[in-house]
Amino acid sequence: MLEIKCPYCGNRSQNEFSYGGDATVKRPSLGKEVSDKEWDDFVYFRKNPRGKHSEFWHHVAGCRQWFKVSRNTATHEIFKTSKINEEI
Amino acid sequence: MQKYSIFSLIRNAFSNHQNWDVVWRDPVPKKEYDAIIIGGGGHGLATAYYLAKEHKINNVAILEKGWIGGGNVGRNTTILRSNYMWDANGLFYEHGMKLWENLSQELNYNVMYSPRGIINLAHSDAQLNTYARRGNSMRLNGIDAVMLGREELKKIIPFADFSESARFPIFGALMQPRGGTARHDAVAWGYARQADAMGVDIIQHCEVTGFDVSNGKIQGVQTTRGNIKSKKVGLCVAGSTSLLAEKLNMKLPIEAHVLQACVSEPVKPFLDHVVTFGAGHFYCSQSDKGEMVMGGDLDGYNSYAQRGNLPTLQHVLSEGVAMFPNLSRLKMLRTWGGIMDMSMDGSPVIDKSHIDGLYLNFGWCYGGFKATPVSGWTFAHTIAQDRPHKLNEKFKLNRFNTGHLIDEKGVGTKTWIG
Repeated sequence: MLEIKCPYCGNRSQNEFSYGGDATVKRPSLGKEVSDKEWDDFVYFRKNPRGKHSEFWHHVAGCRQWFKVSRNTATHEIFKTSKINEEI
Repeated sequence: MQKYSIFSLIRNAFSNHQNWDVVWRDPVPKKEYDAIIIGGGGHGLATAYYLAKEHKINNVAILEKGWIGGGNVGRNTTILRSNYMWDANGLFYEHGMKLWENLSQELNYNVMYSPRGIINLAHSDAQLNTYARRGNSMRLNGIDAVMLGREELKKIIPFADFSESARFPIFGALMQPRGGTARHDAVAWGYARQADAMGVDIIQHCEVTGFDVSNGKIQGVQTTRGNIKSKKVGLCVAGSTSLLAEKLNMKLPIEAHVLQACVSEPVKPFLDHVVTFGAGHFYCSQSDKGEMVMGGDLDGYNSYAQRGNLPTLQHVLSEGVAMFPNLSRLKMLRTWGGIMDMSMDGSPVIDKSHIDGLYLNFGWCYGGFKATPVSGWTFAHTIAQDRPHKLNEKFKLNRFNTGHLIDEKGVGTKTWIG
């Protein structure tokens, strides 16, 4: 079982969290002309790396905050967690 | 190639089964092939087999990083079905069902095809209505589908929870009588044996480390056993697709996720069908050895680890116990995981790529095993003719750009949201 360090609550069991996917994907900015390709890349296309992966998690059964986790997708080792507006 | 029959079995019994031919060769890779298939799983083996059989392209290599039967083809829950609503899926998988029906004879290898029927339980009137709609769509496409009522179900799956106190009472079910199971590693071995007999080189322990591309055309691949040239290369590596695509600077609409399955200790026959739980994601069948073969949800986060985590297993099995309360008394024998290439609309891609001579086959999500014959059949056509077959022309990569998604269930990689 994963033990995830919520930046607000500390180490908690995986059961309290839900997953939000790749945190490196950037939504095209508002008010700017956006090509179809930029939208498709944002919505569907992913790097999907084996190894270090930055991702969103949601402490859904806890403080209900979204935050970022840097995790190894092959070993599940968690390197770091951070608040949503911080670089990871 | 030695033909397998009752006579060859008896003949070999006299020599204590010491003189059987090897089932496939262990060839040294040649410098060049007419086609290379990367990935010696079920789909790769089937592709090579149909390339040789249907398209007379025999000078083919299958490059497999591990060993034949060691990947997802040996890790699934062996279910076969074509109970889909959309035409693109229904017609595709139904062609697959027709290939399954004759596969043992065609391969001269007993794949233990068992059309025992797949039952999707419904737990509300609304769900029964959507199942009826799907059943009607299936029948319009010539696929067998029947609706079952609660009383009929009591007769054929008496151990399901029909009590008044059931949290998810059983209202009825959609059944595809021709759905069922097959022995998964026999499928891999059977395809490998026949492909090998037709001249296909199955090269195990050979990892592809890079691609040679010039002027937008594929020239060959670099491997741990040297460079191999070919004008046609098919990518058939399921969960590892993104890793190879990265070497081509391609991003694909998939995420890798681990899906677990498990079997219980063997018990006497009590389940004659494949049954799926309609109020969650759980499915089970009973193997010929008597084990309950069970599976359900993804673990729910990107993973390349071929092993899973206990919370998901507990969740899946609690659904199983809600459906068949007597499962709670069984001990688990084994659990394992495989890496799914989860596509963003839940449907696969079998297509050409932007590189001439490079063909893609990925995005099988939970359902790769049942597609093994038809995926190979259509992928072989796509490679041989350099254009998709009518059956896979909708499984295009650019559907994610054009908006022609095949969103059968309305869920992609985040299946727990649906």
